[in-house]
Amino acid sequence: MKPAAFEYCRPDSLAEALALLSEYGDEAAVLAGGLSLGPLLNMRMARPEVVIDINRLADLARIERDGEVLRLGALVRQADVLASAECQDLVPLLVAALGHVGHYQTRDRGTLAGSAAHADPSAEVPLCLKTLAGAVELTSERQVRRVPADDFFQGTLTTARADDEMITALLWPTDRGRQGFAFEEVSERRGDFAIVAAAAWAERHDYDEGYRYGLGLGGVEEWSLVSRGGGRRAPEDLAEFADEVIAGVTEDIEPMRDQRASAAYRRHLADHLGRKVLLRALETALGEVQS
Amino acid sequence: MGDRADSWVGRAVPRLEDAALLTGNARFIDDLSPLPGIRHVALLRSPHPHARILGIDAEAARAMPGVVGVVTGAELREHLNPLASAVRAPMAYYPIAIDKVRYAGEPVALVAAEDRYLAEDAAEAIEVDYQPLDAVVDPLAALATEAPVLHEEAGGNLVHHRQFAYGDPEAAFAEAAEVVRLAWRYPRQSATPMETYGAIAHFEAAPERYTVWSNFQGPFILQPLMARALGIGGNQLRLIAAAHSGGSFGIKQGLYPYLVLLAAASRLLGCPLKWVEDRLEHLSASSSAADRADEIEAAFDGEGHLTGLRFDNLVNVGAYVRAPEPASVYRMHAAANGCYRVRHIAIQNRLVTTNKLPIGLNRGYGGPQFYFGLERAMDLAARRLAIDPAEIRRRNFLAADGFPYEGPAGAIYDSGDYGKGLEMLLEIADYPTLRARRDAARAEGRLFGIGLAAGVEPSGSNMAYVTLAQTPEEREKAGGRSGGVACASVAMDPSGTVTVHLDSTPAGQGHATVAAQIVADALGLRPEQIQVDTAMDTGSGAWSLASGNYSNRFAAIVVGAIAESAGRIAGKLKAVAAELLEVAADDVELAEGRARIAGVPEQGIALGRVAAATHWHPAGLPDGMAPGLYDTALLNPAVLDAPDGADRVASAVTFGFLCDLVALEVERATGRLRIERYASVHDVGRVLNPIVVEGQVRGGFAHGFGAAMFEELAYDQDGNFLSGSFADYLCPTSADLPPLEFANYETASPQNPFGSKGMGDGSSMLTPVVLANAVADALDLDEVELPLSLDRVWRLANPETDGR
Ligand SMILES: Cc1cc2nc3c(=O)[nH]c(=O)nc-3n(C[C@H](O)[C@H](O)[C@H](O)COP(=O)(O)OP(=O)(O)OC[C@H]3O[C@@H](n4cnc5c(N)ncnc54)[C@H](O)[C@@H]3O)c2cc1C
Repeated sequence: MKPAAFEYCRPDSLAEALALLSEYGDEAAVLAGGLSLGPLLNMRMARPEVVIDINRLADLARIERDGEVLRLGALVRQADVLASAECQDLVPLLVAALGHVGHYQTRDRGTLAGSAAHADPSAEVPLCLKTLAGAVELTSERQVRRVPADDFFQGTLTTARADDEMITALLWPTDRGRQGFAFEEVSERRGDFAIVAAAAWAERHDYDEGYRYGLGLGGVEEWSLVSRGGGRRAPEDLAEFADEVIAGVTEDIEPMRDQRASAAYRRHLADHLGRKVLLRALETALGEVQS
Repeated sequence: MGDRADSWVGRAVPRLEDAALLTGNARFIDDLSPLPGIRHVALLRSPHPHARILGIDAEAARAMPGVVGVVTGAELREHLNPLASAVRAPMAYYPIAIDKVRYAGEPVALVAAEDRYLAEDAAEAIEVDYQPLDAVVDPLAALATEAPVLHEEAGGNLVHHRQFAYGDPEAAFAEAAEVVRLAWRYPRQSATPMETYGAIAHFEAAPERYTVWSNFQGPFILQPLMARALGIGGNQLRLIAAAHSGGSFGIKQGLYPYLVLLAAASRLLGCPLKWVEDRLEHLSASSSAADRADEIEAAFDGEGHLTGLRFDNLVNVGAYVRAPEPASVYRMHAAANGCYRVRHIAIQNRLVTTNKLPIGLNRGYGGPQFYFGLERAMDLAARRLAIDPAEIRRRNFLAADGFPYEGPAGAIYDSGDYGKGLEMLLEIADYPTLRARRDAARAEGRLFGIGLAAGVEPSGSNMAYVTLAQTPEEREKAGGRSGGVACASVAMDPSGTVTVHLDSTPAGQGHATVAAQIVADALGLRPEQIQVDTAMDTGSGAWSLASGNYSNRFAAIVVGAIAESAGRIAGKLKAVAAELLEVAADDVELAEGRARIAGVPEQGIALGRVAAATHWHPAGLPDGMAPGLYDTALLNPAVLDAPDGADRVASAVTFGFLCDLVALEVERATGRLRIERYASVHDVGRVLNPIVVEGQVRGGFAHGFGAAMFEELAYDQDGNFLSGSFADYLCPTSADLPPLEFANYETASPQNPFGSKGMGDGSSMLTPVVLANAVADALDLDEVELPLSLDRVWRLANPETDGR
């Protein structure tokens, strides 16, 4: 469990990092917290020629509000978000989910961008980003582009990131979930990747009677299953509505199976947890309208 | 001894080990660099569970930068004899694959290089030509006639089979009012110490000898076996254990084949070699407890008295029978009646080889598997007979006034009062309230269960119990075997300070602290004034076959050797001081660093002066007294006799007792267990140090909880190993453990001067079954298996759920 030999670079500027990325492309690996990359290197499942350590790029550690979007730089650690009152206020769903990511020790180093780049199908950060319809900011020497989370995550450990691109920030909409949100997951132990995780938010329009919601399920298939929608008027019967949404999301799924959990168990959890979180989000956001 | 109000023994003396551990000054095997020129080893391991090796091409690897050499099984075979075991089936076990690999992870070639990185690079460059063979991992499947055979010379996979009967089990079952029967699989599990295996081996040509530094923790009965494998005399193999070990829980016993491998390779390559196992190697190829396919039948009369037991044990030993196996299935044999009065017992033991890693010592050693059957059967019988599970146990306990008690299979139970322990347990857990809560929860349709379990904890093993694997006639031919010798040395140097040497190779259990307490009492010193050297060295210290760290032997036996040796030093100090003080030796007491006249404490002399007299002025000593203050005690508990012709054996010196209770709720929708309450009561005899005892109980509980809930070294049907990291093999973290309510009481053991019993294994033995009992109770089920993973419990709680 020793990595194969690699070059180690620790650029002091983003430009330098991007130049290295464009030079080495798929022979390079970006090192952020190292919690996922470290084991991959040690087990020689990743054998990059060059490891580009971005931990000196202090600009990337910023938490910034940009209009309706909260911009979390690529070096923002999971613990930073948990400790931030601003994040708690603007993206409460994400904060609720991060409590389930690993442990104090891992959250202290692990970045949100690293989690997005790694794209584990059971990871909480990609699930929330997709559920909230956030986006990923990708920067290369060629361009800066914003890719919606729906397009960014393409499957297990597969994303839309090009070889010369770096994630410079995750962009979180702040108008989703502040009225109603819920997150639940089932994992064997505290801090494990979820067997199934469920995230939901709901929001009343402030300009009319309408509403919007989002539901995401992680750990079920290779990518998060998401349903987002809304309408002119809040549904009469929230429970019935939640059932319909769940039925739509889980209709043709073929859940993963592994040593720990069967497809049947995952299917059941998707249904059970999905209904639970969606209903809670809807009730908090829309409950008043009903009564 | 130990009863004096002012004695150190019995007190919560803070652990002397902790300062070094907490300040990073403890030295472990990986910190040692005992000689220059050490090269680093990587092992190329088989990716196949079962394959013939047609050829190995290591030319490219040998030519790589920094590589010292590559050694294969074919080359090593010239220099090694197979490693022996108590099983007589013809099959050779070498520490490296010779012409066939039999489990995924088995060493195939050894690479030595300037560092581990280069060694791993080179290992990748070795080309092995494998002819894959069908594999078998399931113990029952391995018995089938068409199953792939691991060792052709053994003629099949069944490599050991013995049947035993004590009393008249046939009659007991024929007359029984109720017979409960259970069959189950017990999963393969490992204790996963923080520190993995590590060793440095050094061969010297003249005089010809091997020195091996490692974190091997015994039993040192394996030392002569290693010497035989290397074809040398015992005095040519010096084993040195590092002073600190990052945990063993028995599993470091399985290091010994690697020591032989490294020693032989050091000879072939002409340089000292160091190997530190990584986590993947540890999980896949160190050692583990056995998975088993066991059955039990228990006969009861109408009042719930247990009248007969039948055990059918099928042990999956993995690819080889590695000594001291088959000991794991014989550890509990002599105490197969558990804590109960039953006299009629039949036991069938079968060992089967499969394409899994070989088994070995692992916390609880056979105990968790044994109690899973017995204590599930007790709960099941309680349900069938409509007797409270606490009451059915109470009715069957050995009588408190019946000790020492000789069990039907030969165990000699030293002391106990099991009923008292159970009453304490029910009280601290508030059993009546829990039962009321269960009733209320059930009335609401919730799944609430209470589990109970009780058992004895045999400690200080008889080295001969494993010879039950042989028939009385075979034993007769092989010559007598018995005992469990402990060694301890106490020395007082010319300045009057004390050093103690132990043969117990502790792995974090605080032996140094307790040894210092004992010696401090004997010599009138303070524990922190005593240096305890726990680094064992077979080349310079006293040791014997039983030396090592296993079977809770420290508090059962080793403490007696320490006391004996310290007592002799004290006696000599008193005799010398008596001369100096001009009183009778009987009038001298050792206290507060002085030898003084009893009753006249101001009249005395510093111990340093007394000690100095024995070193500086031997001519002035009383006639016939030897100079110096150095003593070694070798002690064998008399109770540990050889097995008799009826296969009865006193397998252990002391028998602690424990009982556990858990109340939990099963969440029907997720299969999650919510532990409401977990209580555990122990009798470990006289407590030598409550801090150490509580630490052991909590640690054992954590191991047992992990075993119950999460842990399994999993293989797929084809023999591929699935648990190669801590993301796959799930150990509980502190966040997963429920609060443990722990209490203890004492029945003094007559087996050593302190009345203490061995302890440490107990909780790891009972926690798995008590949780299974509670889940069975909550779900109203007979059959529950481990681990109680979410998916499994969800299925059990929702039986209408279909398929995969
Ligand atoms: C014990 C433990 C428990 C864990 N539990 C969980 C859990 O419950 N849920 C969960 O989701 N995760 C869990 N993780 C993973 C953890 O969240 C990681 O932090 C995360 O997956 C990766 O973040 P990182 O900063 O460490 O990235 P790294 O390990 O440094 O990188 C991960 C991958 O992303 C790439 N990468 C990183 N940053 C960038 C970037 N800016 N641009 C482009 N590529 C980049 C790397 O090249 C690498 O391929 C756990 C980890 C451990 C060790």
